[in-house]
Amino acid sequence: MVNHGIIETKELVKNYGKFTAVDKLTLRVDEGEIFGFLGPNGAGKTTTILMLLGLTEPTSGKAQICGFDPTREPLKVKRITGYLPEKVGFYEDLTARENLDYTAALNGLSQKVASRKIDELLDMVGLSEVANHKVGTFSHGMKQRLGITDIDPEGIEQVLAIIQNMAKQKVTIVLSSHQLHQVQKICTRVGIMSKGHLVAEGSVDQLGREKIGGGKFRIEIQVSEPTSKLVKSINVIKGVTNVESSGDMLLISCEKDLRPQIARTIVDNDCLLVQMKIEEYGLDDVYMKYFRES
Amino acid sequence: MSGLMAVFWKELADHFNSKRFIILSLLVYLAGIATIYIAAQNIRSGITETTQFIFLRLFTVSGEVQVFSFLFFLSFFIPIVGIALGFDAVNSERTSGNLSRILSQPLYRDSVINGKFLAGLITLAILVTSIVLLVAGMGLRMIGVPPVAEEILRLIAFIIVSIIYGAFWMSLSVLFSVLFNRIATAALASIALWIFLFLFVPIIAQVVAGANGEIAGAISRISPGVLYGEVTRVLLIPSHPTMFMISMYYTGLEPNPLPFSQSLLIAWPQLTSLIGLTALCFAISYIKFMREEIRST
Repeated sequence: MVNHGIIETKELVKNYGKFTAVDKLTLRVDEGEIFGFLGPNGAGKTTTILMLLGLTEPTSGKAQICGFDPTREPLKVKRITGYLPEKVGFYEDLTARENLDYTAALNGLSQKVASRKIDELLDMVGLSEVANHKVGTFSHGMKQRLGITDIDPEGIEQVLAIIQNMAKQKVTIVLSSHQLHQVQKICTRVGIMSKGHLVAEGSVDQLGREKIGGGKFRIEIQVSEPTSKLVKSINVIKGVTNVESSGDMLLISCEKDLRPQIARTIVDNDCLLVQMKIEEYGLDDVYMKYFRES
Repeated sequence: MSGLMAVFWKELADHFNSKRFIILSLLVYLAGIATIYIAAQNIRSGITETTQFIFLRLFTVSGEVQVFSFLFFLSFFIPIVGIALGFDAVNSERTSGNLSRILSQPLYRDSVINGKFLAGLITLAILVTSIVLLVAGMGLRMIGVPPVAEEILRLIAFIIVSIIYGAFWMSLSVLFSVLFNRIATAALASIALWIFLFLFVPIIAQVVAGANGEIAGAISRISPGVLYGEVTRVLLIPSHPTMFMISMYYTGLEPNPLPFSQSLLIAWPQLTSLIGLTALCFAISYIKFMREEIRST
């Protein structure tokens, strides 16, 4: 297990006839990461996930989950993974409990253990009251909640805790979503796919800097009465590449976060600092930037 | 193994709870009882000439008013039951989004299709066996002649062949349920194929082969229904003139009934074809299903 990512793909390719859905994707997700998988419809997100779960075969290339090949060792992979598709399906004419009974049986749990687990899980997702109602009568949200219980009957407590408070408990989560705000809030790292390629990968901040700020940090400061001497002394701070001034606002580009140094310089120059902020990039901006271009 | 058994029990319960199956079995039971009732009436009123194998005649004799024998009627209903058990096996799971959820659980993918097939087979076996036993019991009461050992053997063989015949139609409709995403398409394709094989193939065989009975027979054997008909006639009518005995038949001699082993021997090629067709359909659906991509939307 030396230097193995939890999820690793190497040159993963999936063709549908002449159409290439996933093109030489190389990806690595480490233990405990919450990886946001983004991209427009048809970018290859779902196909990649299906290949990771062994629900479809890669045309070429390699995928591994904890060192297991999903095509060759599907059971080992499925035992340690859980999959909650957006449109989660249950047998509509069975009750919530019967549906979970079936899942438990598929996992080889004994009836005694299963019925205790099911009680716990239904309680946890707040569906105990309707346990014996047919799933066909459930709302979309109720079905989603039922779906959470289905993820992994063994480790569901941890999974739920993760989803609720996003604590890092060494469970790796891949979130494929269109809801950028949620992704931004939760994910430690995101990958953006487009036309089968992974066009960007990294934390939201990092991506923003690279794409919008040209790889630079941008710091905006407001000083009560800026002097040209101040601009000059900021310009000579090591790492500062450019300073623009307009009125009492200064826009500083630099190679790293130089806020402390800049603050000291302002004080040394007897100027009054009104405010200082480092430009933060929202995932929205990054996402828009990528897909306006393509 | 646990995955396979879980799927099997779930599917079996589903079959026996489904309205479709309950209605169909009621229909089959009613029709079966009616045909046997008429057959017994005829046997009692002495329409039949010989006294040999009276009990088996229950299943093959038809009345003057009602033209269907139990055998004919069974060869008509078994395909419907088989199709009903299979046509939405895989595609309904797919459209409902259950398939991706089930397959992300730790079980081998073939457990799903094997379990479904096995459950269908058992359901079919229960239905066929129960109806044959039911009408046999009823017939026993009505004509009062108990079956001899050989008749029982022939009946058991008949039940097994009928299950195989049903299994063929079920595996065909399972195949369509794998091939077609829409349930209605799979159902219509199965029924269309059944009508084609059941009604049109014999007609086409007649037209193509003209007066040549041998060629006509060969062509019509494309239809599994014809194969089933031939096997069951040989099994249930021991003195049935088969093609090997035709010359003897025309010399005016009363054909002697064949022993069970010989009947089985004559029926063997047809039976093998039936089993082969079933296995073929299942194999294709198995391979297709194993390699298929499972998407949730």
